[in-house]
Amino acid sequence: MNGAAAGSRRQALLRQGLLMAPALLWLGLLIVLPHVELAVLSLREQVGPRHYVPSLAQYRTFFAEPEYWHVFLRTAWMSAAATLITLLIAFPIAWVIAKIARGRAATLLFLACLIPFWISETVRTLGWMILLRQSGVLPALLVKLGITAAPIEMLYHDSTIMVGLVYTSMLFMIVPLVSSLESLDNSLIEAAYDLGAGGFAVLRRIVIPHAAPGITAGCIVVFMLTLGNYITPTLLGGKNSGWFTEQIYTQFITRFNWEQGAAFGFLLLALSTAMVVIGLRLAGQRFGDVMGSR
Amino acid sequence: MSTADLTAEAVVKRFGDHLAVDSLSFIVEHGSFFSILGPSGCGKTTLLRMIAGFTAPDSGAIAIGGRNMAGVAPNRRPVNMVFQQLALFPMMSVGENVAFGLARRGIGHAERRKKAEAMLARVGLANAADKRVDQLSGGQRQRVAIARSLVLEPTLLLLDEPLGALDLKLREHMKIELKQLQAEFATTFVYITHDQSEALVLSDCVGVMNQGRFEQLGTPQDLYYRPATPFVAAFVGDNNRIVGRAAEVDGAMVQIATEDGWVIRARRHAAVAAGDAVEAFIRPEAATLGREAGQLPPGQPVHEGLVESLLFDGANSAVLLRETRSRREFRIALPQTGQFADLRPAEKVVFSFDPERATCFAARAGAAGRP
Repeated sequence: MNGAAAGSRRQALLRQGLLMAPALLWLGLLIVLPHVELAVLSLREQVGPRHYVPSLAQYRTFFAEPEYWHVFLRTAWMSAAATLITLLIAFPIAWVIAKIARGRAATLLFLACLIPFWISETVRTLGWMILLRQSGVLPALLVKLGITAAPIEMLYHDSTIMVGLVYTSMLFMIVPLVSSLESLDNSLIEAAYDLGAGGFAVLRRIVIPHAAPGITAGCIVVFMLTLGNYITPTLLGGKNSGWFTEQIYTQFITRFNWEQGAAFGFLLLALSTAMVVIGLRLAGQRFGDVMGSR
Repeated sequence: MSTADLTAEAVVKRFGDHLAVDSLSFIVEHGSFFSILGPSGCGKTTLLRMIAGFTAPDSGAIAIGGRNMAGVAPNRRPVNMVFQQLALFPMMSVGENVAFGLARRGIGHAERRKKAEAMLARVGLANAADKRVDQLSGGQRQRVAIARSLVLEPTLLLLDEPLGALDLKLREHMKIELKQLQAEFATTFVYITHDQSEALVLSDCVGVMNQGRFEQLGTPQDLYYRPATPFVAAFVGDNNRIVGRAAEVDGAMVQIATEDGWVIRARRHAAVAAGDAVEAFIRPEAATLGREAGQLPPGQPVHEGLVESLLFDGANSAVLLRETRSRREFRIALPQTGQFADLRPAEKVVFSFDPERATCFAARAGAAGRP
């Protein structure tokens, strides 16, 4: 009796283990292992040819060199700004898809948000370059309309990077927003109106509290994607876009200073973790509620 | 000086080709309990939403407390609504739910908390203010929904089938509670339901609605004893419906013959001429059952039938029988004496009813298959 029960339990465990295996392998081999390796790398210093000693020198360099932590802070605040702008633009779109459009129209609108993602990010960003560069479509149009005398360079500004980041992130904000707004019972909105609330009070007291998990989830995903984005800031911002991922790239590939690059990688990881924790605190949400079942 | 809290004048609403509300006019007196009773799809919800302001009528006027409501948004109307699914705000505590409307009026935090707690106490939920909505039972939520509206002292409280989601026992209990609340607050209630028992028990006045119109507007007693149309007779309370032709019309009395040869007498409630298709309605409690003709009230035509089944339901027990000649079903309420408790299926019985209490209408066009 007991043996049979233990046997079936072992079988269940085995089945569960096999089902989990791909995910565990992926996590272990592609995420945990490289990070352990990077952690070790970041905590050592080369003192002679092929001779390394444990040290915090890499991290010390980061704080000692203003160039590095300026770019670091700039990346942080621009990512936060891009997240906020994405939220402000995505919210009305998500509202229309979830609450106003019906049936086919809602599906089509959703598809319209999705279609740009069928094209690779690099190609899409190059599309922006065609539109915005000095000899591009938009500057030419401005000249033709008589708004500017000569074609202006619209690439390589911070605002250009921002446009690109918001554009790239839009879908990842819209999806969680739509699903959290769809689950909002319309009668709650009507009840609030009926009890004397105006549009703003309904938004603040009913819609946003209800959609808070979706808003937080969207913001976390967008912030992380933006923070770790490499192509968009580099292509739209040019060589000196001042994005932290670019610094990491330079350390690894150009300078071949893997120790420094690894330390930068960990600093970026610490930053995104800190921002997510702060964000959850501000929204009064728990990570499990936001990312888990709704 | 009129005391009408709600006046509707020739209100019309159509959705595409469908006429949802067809030129309705009615008045609801101050302090009364007015019900709109009708089957689903009759337009009652549309009517309620027009009163609340969520939908605008295509034509006609709605006035609340003597003030025309055309162009007045729902949040500016002196009307509050208890929603079908209650629509309590899950993101707020019970107290915050009740205080929500007060906060929108700019009443300070301390005062609205005091008012909300006082209102909760009045509906029997003292000390519930800090609970979460999902900690309450169905009946308690019901009371919170009502408290949330009544705390704003509306001219009119609209209730959209609020008991529909409750189980039977609780529904019966809430019916009584609603009536007591209405009496206590003396607020005018406009209540919509498809449950005739709710409408009869609760209301001072009921409008029976069908296909966008009122079939009849009257007291529950009027609807029950003096139905104006065959629809009302069939919809309000149990009724035996017998379809046939008017064989003979003698003043107010009509002799009706079914096509399978059963002949009954009934009182006509509208113009009926000999030869017309008619339908007659006889309440189960208006008929008397007997084992032999001598047990029946003298002077009434005697009919014969076979017991089909005994429907025991306490005080509402009835017997279902088939009239011998036509094989038509006929339902008779059983007396409380237990006299017929030993009836067996297929037993032969006799029954009669006072033709004065049987109502006869000209048949509705195309209504042959309807209840």
